[in-house]
Amino acid sequence: MKKTIVTLSFILVCTVILFAQANSPAASKVRGKKVYETYCLACHQVDGMGVPNMNPPLSKTSWVTGDKTKLIQVILKGFAQSVPIDGEDYSNNMAPHNFLKDQEIADVLTYIRSSFGNKSSAITAAEVKAVRAKTK
Amino acid sequence: MKKNMIRLGSLLTAIVFCSSSWACTGDSTRHEGGDAATAVTPDANNAGLKLPAGFGALKIIDNIGRPRHIVVNSKGEVYIKEFRLKDGKGIYLLRDTNGDGKVDTKVGFGNYNGTGIVIKNGYLYASSDEEVFRYKLDANENVIDTAHPEKIITGLKKGRQHETKSIVLDDAGNIYVNIGAYSNSCQEVDRGKGSKGIMPCPILDSAGGIWRFKADKLNQTYGDGTRYATGLRNVVGLDWNTQANQLFVMQHGRDGLFQMFPEYYNEKQSAELPAECLYALKEGDNAGWPYIYYDQQQKKKMLAPEYGGDGKKSVDDKYIDPVYAFPGHLAPNGLLFYTGNMFPEKYRNGAFIAFHGSWNRAPEPQKGFFVAFVPFKNGKPSGEWEIFADNFAGKEDIASPGQAEHRPCGLAQGPDGSLYVTDDTKGAVYRIVYKK
Ligand code: HEC
Repeated sequence: MKKTIVTLSFILVCTVILFAQANSPAASKVRGKKVYETYCLACHQVDGMGVPNMNPPLSKTSWVTGDKTKLIQVILKGFAQSVPIDGEDYSNNMAPHNFLKDQEIADVLTYIRSSFGNKSSAITAAEVKAVRAKTK
Repeated sequence: MKKNMIRLGSLLTAIVFCSSSWACTGDSTRHEGGDAATAVTPDANNAGLKLPAGFGALKIIDNIGRPRHIVVNSKGEVYIKEFRLKDGKGIYLLRDTNGDGKVDTKVGFGNYNGTGIVIKNGYLYASSDEEVFRYKLDANENVIDTAHPEKIITGLKKGRQHETKSIVLDDAGNIYVNIGAYSNSCQEVDRGKGSKGIMPCPILDSAGGIWRFKADKLNQTYGDGTRYATGLRNVVGLDWNTQANQLFVMQHGRDGLFQMFPEYYNEKQSAELPAECLYALKEGDNAGWPYIYYDQQQKKKMLAPEYGGDGKKSVDDKYIDPVYAFPGHLAPNGLLFYTGNMFPEKYRNGAFIAFHGSWNRAPEPQKGFFVAFVPFKNGKPSGEWEIFADNFAGKEDIASPGQAEHRPCGLAQGPDGSLYVTDDTKGAVYRIVYKK
């Protein structure tokens, strides 16, 4: 009996840890790297340094490390404005990536906010969902 | 006696050159004839470049902004066009006053960004991203009045991509201007995954081609010019081939076959395709962008996936074929037909191409960052391409273009036959010489 309880609680603890991990920033970052490689790397490059004059870097830019809502909107609406990014102009167009799921967007943003020298906090699927609801 | 004969021979050659070629008619986009007045010494380690045996290189200047295209006048003085203003100036004249090959004075003028710069018939022509200007030159091919150029073309379309205007002149009083398409492949959503192409592509009425204007008429705009050739996504490197008496252009091919259409292409195919194409143009030609692209592996014109293609459907119709095809995404930014005497015979009349280096080959390693050479005979390619000057990037494995130390962009030929190459990243200008 005692053995069964120990086993059961062990399983319970494991499940809780696994569940927590699935939603942990660390797990999100791992998934986000895959999303990045599939949809972003071609333009922003493997080192997040972008392409001079064309595609901006994602390393320590005010967009990546700044306001979460604005950052989420970059992914949902794309980016093709003639406004300088941290003082530099970039001439390429980023198409909207609104076909990505809330969780995928949260994952990729968590990944870029904690890679390429960035140390900003994670973004959750709930935050993406809230911004998507307000974004037309 | 023998010596005298040789002297007589070279004198005769010089006379023939001066009477038969345009070398002495005030055209200095290129120079022929004459021995090198001064023999410059290459830098230690050839300024970091890898060159064929017998060649050497020096940096005539470093950190001179972001020079794009370049031209050398009949005195060996260099004009560069800056991509972005450097200390408020868009053009620099670079002079070497003591003959050691290194620039010791520079004069800046012009207050516009841009790419194109050419000398022809007593004028220096330079382009912003919307206009073309010209400056009258004196007998030494120096600009007489740097503050008051004539505006010969104005109001050209400048989109968010491919905005630079490259220029070249023919021998009949015409100037040719590239107007790049402000789009990758004319999709409904530019660079949108799976987005369809717009039919017909509305961009082509005012961009995505080469326009021809008069070289000496003021304030021309679209209505005064002719769309000389269409279906060219973006051209940066172009030159007039005097043997064929024809305009040659290097197109920047489209990006993102895999990123936009992963159902038809894998990452490796997308890194190699489509070809970067060299086209010989005639008036009215259509190279097919955005409807088709050229596949150098199948040697076929392929239907673009935005317009119903799948990587297998080829087309065989009104679109012209390239005269030469290079691997994808290398970004040809400079084209020059070599007419000098300094380099060995195999280089005469051949094409040098400055490849700026790729970004759209990721996640495959990036390629380019070199000057290539294609031999020509009677105005047609006559052999395989090879890398001529390499290692501008400073190292072998470049994963991301920002890692390249230098990126070759513009090409020019000096009066002694030296080849000049600009780097628009760190602002170096290289001079490549052959030691006989
Ligand atoms: C087709 C190339 C392309 C793709 C693919 C792409 N971007 Fe961008 N991105 C750009 C360009 C170009 C800009 C800036 C546009 C401008 O200046 O108007 C930009 C801007 C941004 C910015 C804001 C500016 C900055 O540098 O901080 C962020 C953040 C960003 N992209 C993230 C991403 C993420 C994440 C993905 C993948 C989901 C992605 N991008 C996919 C080209 C691309």
